[in-house]
Amino acid sequence: MSTRAIHRALMGVYIVIFFAYLFGPLLIMGVTAFNKSAYPQIMPFEGFTLDWFSVLAADKDMIYGLQKSLWIGFLVVLVSVPIGLAGALVMTQVYARARSFYYLIVVSPVLTPGVIIGISTVVFWRQATQMTGLKFIYDGTVLTVLAQSSFISAYTMLIFLARLARFDRTLEEAALDLGASRAQVFRHVLLPFMLPAIGSAAVIAFLSSFENYNTTTFAILADKTLTTVLAGRMRQGTTPALSALAVAVVAVTVVGAILFEIVKRREEARAKARAATAEKAFNAELTADAAGATAA
Amino acid sequence: MHSSVGQWIIYLLPPLVVAGFALLAILERRRLGPAAPAGFVDRNGWPVALFLIVAVGLWTVFMIVMPLMAMVDLSFRPKLAPPQWGGPKDFYTLENYRYFLFGSTTSTDAWNVTHLKAFGLTIWVSILITILDFAICYPIAFYMARVAGPARLRLMMLLLIAPYWVNEILRAFAFRILFTQQGVINKALLAMGAIDQPVDFIAADVALYSGLAYAYLLMMMFALYNAIETLDKNLIEAARDLGAPWWHIHTFIVIPHAKPGIGSGATLVFMLTAGSIAAPLILGGPKTLWFTPIVYDRFYQAFNWQQGAAYALILLAACVVFVLGVLKLFRLGLGEIAR
Repeated sequence: MSTRAIHRALMGVYIVIFFAYLFGPLLIMGVTAFNKSAYPQIMPFEGFTLDWFSVLAADKDMIYGLQKSLWIGFLVVLVSVPIGLAGALVMTQVYARARSFYYLIVVSPVLTPGVIIGISTVVFWRQATQMTGLKFIYDGTVLTVLAQSSFISAYTMLIFLARLARFDRTLEEAALDLGASRAQVFRHVLLPFMLPAIGSAAVIAFLSSFENYNTTTFAILADKTLTTVLAGRMRQGTTPALSALAVAVVAVTVVGAILFEIVKRREEARAKARAATAEKAFNAELTADAAGATAA
Repeated sequence: MHSSVGQWIIYLLPPLVVAGFALLAILERRRLGPAAPAGFVDRNGWPVALFLIVAVGLWTVFMIVMPLMAMVDLSFRPKLAPPQWGGPKDFYTLENYRYFLFGSTTSTDAWNVTHLKAFGLTIWVSILITILDFAICYPIAFYMARVAGPARLRLMMLLLIAPYWVNEILRAFAFRILFTQQGVINKALLAMGAIDQPVDFIAADVALYSGLAYAYLLMMMFALYNAIETLDKNLIEAARDLGAPWWHIHTFIVIPHAKPGIGSGATLVFMLTAGSIAAPLILGGPKTLWFTPIVYDRFYQAFNWQQGAAYALILLAACVVFVLGVLKLFRLGLGEIAR
């Protein structure tokens, strides 16, 4: 066997081990969700049951936390998508000497541990609300949205920057030359171009918010979200109901991922078809031109 | 120095910095005269310009800079009852940092062994986990970027992302199920006869370390993949044709090219590991003290926010030092890392 064949075989083995590491723990947790045993385990398998799911559905704290998490995720999308877009647009036109300073500031939340973002937000708003009397801001939901948005906006900004790098400025100029106002250019040229990025930024923002624990655990104060309820439960002890929750999350995820994949494939197929038609038309024109030229 | 100074700095410094840059920009426009490019408002139209300024202003000033400054400010204040804040006793002090080092706000006789040890362990383990994640990810990232065909690549991407849709806490829980005394691994080892008594993996921190290494793998993977993906295939072919052994190709071609990716992956993994709080809570043994739960307890158990702020700042300082160290080691700029 040649060295390359050995390498290939070793690589295959490694990939299998790697994905076993990635999925093994989750699969085992999944199985425990259906085992009758009150302790999450797979051996012995005492019988198939769906009881843990009904335990889950009857858990009031968990349901409350889920609703709160969904609501916070929605608010974070509303806050961090516009901010990220603005941040990216400002990045492309900020005063040159301030650019690296600006970059340092807006990227710093990505490189700051989440707990510290939560702490600093709570500390600042406690002080600020005491000074100004704006008591309604010092609330778990508001603070969590503010704290999460500070770094999630940086994520969305990076997504928008990547998209903006491919933006053709001449489109803007063409629209302006044709008499469009600045606001119209923004509304009818830039925003449609950014639309796919806005979609993916919203998805990323929602997911990052929904699964966040580090920042939330500080910023939520006495309130609770799904993640903080979960963490509390796990400190009390392990129950298969938690496995059931994980299974539910994964089921939703898998459906979502498959839908996303289908939409993406269909879009790609459509783009390909469009490109093929365009090429055909172009070739037809060329042949027609060539025919015209020979005829002449 | 009285603490009211801090208030002035927090509320005046950001507008001053913004005004300073605006002034510079205006002066430069004056100097350039008619040759200056179109101004900010001209370029965007006033509704959009207003939106940009308000959104970015709120974000940078109220959500990023001022909270951080407030935390720094608080960390230097003495613990006082709320009515005494800003009062005659509210002078800046180092007592919160002194407590971290010596376990007392006044005496410096004994070291605060518990907290110092937890801090040292957190930093040391985070560095090891970062290196481990690099070692685990590198072969896969190289395979995806250089060997796999498009269909397989897409499948692998999907498989990689899928586990990360599961909540961080539930992922830690999965490791708990694996590693407890009645857990799957112990059962399997007992059945095989490899051990005759269950091993306490949680107390031995095996569970914690494997859970942490698992938690942020994806960050390293995508940073490496993106970096290796841009490498010109011909370089590898050329090296191979010239007879370079495979490990030469990796050490002298692929890894130097992937430096920015390694840097950004390492920074993210380190920062996330050192700042993680879910995995240590769920997987940490009874004797293991991670640093973040200590910080949490300063706030919500000891209700000593001043001390908590100081502890948080110490953690942040460690992360900044690590980032600067990586930048220096790999000779990179910040722009190359945060992408």
